[in-house]
Amino acid sequence: MSRPTHRRPEYRKINKDLFVLTYGALVAQLCKDYEKDEDVNKYLDKMGYGIGTRLVEDFLARSCVGRCHSYSEITDIIAQVAFKMYLGITPSVTCNNSSRNEFSLILDKNPLVEFVEELPAGRSSLCYCNLLCGIIRGALEMVHLAADVTFLQDRLKGDSVTEIGITFLKKPEEKKYRRKK
Amino acid sequence: MADEALFLLLHNEMVSGVYKSAEQGEVENGRCITKLENMGFRVGQGLIERFTKDTARFKDELDIMKFICKDFWTTVFKKQIDNLRTNHQGIYVLQDNKFRLLTQMSAGKQYLEHASKYLAFTCGLIRGGLSNLGIKSIVTAEVSSMPAWAEGLIIGLVTPTFIEPISSVGWGQCSSSRSLTSSSIC
Repeated sequence: MSRPTHRRPEYRKINKDLFVLTYGALVAQLCKDYEKDEDVNKYLDKMGYGIGTRLVEDFLARSCVGRCHSYSEITDIIAQVAFKMYLGITPSVTCNNSSRNEFSLILDKNPLVEFVEELPAGRSSLCYCNLLCGIIRGALEMVHLAADVTFLQDRLKGDSVTEIGITFLKKPEEKKYRRKK
Repeated sequence: MADEALFLLLHNEMVSGVYKSAEQGEVENGRCITKLENMGFRVGQGLIERFTKDTARFKDELDIMKFICKDFWTTVFKKQIDNLRTNHQGIYVLQDNKFRLLTQMSAGKQYLEHASKYLAFTCGLIRGGLSNLGIKSIVTAEVSSMPAWAEGLIIGLVTPTFIEPISSVGWGQCSSSRSLTSSSIC
């Protein structure tokens, strides 16, 4: 079975639409099933975690990135390689604190909300893209990095940009080493 | 853009999520399958609109089915349908020998009974696409062997072309006049 030598540009766009539309249908179904926004957000995060734990293997196989030596390198790779590979966007990275373990990814274009005009009435604290947070958290955990990933700003809620905050948590093994000393 | 992996993983998580959060009795009475199928329906409706924005008008039902088998299936599943059969009276059978949503599963009969969960979304996708092209249909699917090698996935489509749109003729009358089970598919 021969692969087509080139793909028409419309096919790739429709492929992306398939994922975006499926995600939208999923969130709509969850809004029907759960009344509270926190439940929907938690569910999306959990789902994203499951996806992230598997996606990271696909990512590492495709991208062949080397070992990272600092948190800022990891965040740069997430923004410039992973996001580019899977969503076609490159968020910008900023570091939020001096101890260099809190970072922000600022997305000026978010393909997941392409077909979303506004959040439904009564759902003002719904984090529509919470799946992304779960994916990043799951992926980082599979490479032995604990992190807290949340949405700091969301365009759908009226902010000017969409901002994802990643806080790398101290590894428990480091604490053990210190005690032994 | 490596969307295929993303969509596959999202689909698998959706199926397991729906079944994990199913309440008592929902699994038996098929509500989970219905939920997945309805999600696929919504997606199919939207997708077919974007897809057929610039294509020419379809001549007839068979033309639409060929479009589904070739262009639509290629875009969504990266390959064409392997075999399309019809009895020219509204029943179509699509056969896919290597269904992408099931290729990740282990070969053999162990998980065959669970395969239907992973087909519900696709059935909804097709039904939604056809619905926005003006065709009301019933879509069913079955898997005869994993991981969907020869004779793997068979999707049966019944398009009641002789039914009036909305309400005047009931479904029961349609099926008796059509004799679905006895019609031979060429």
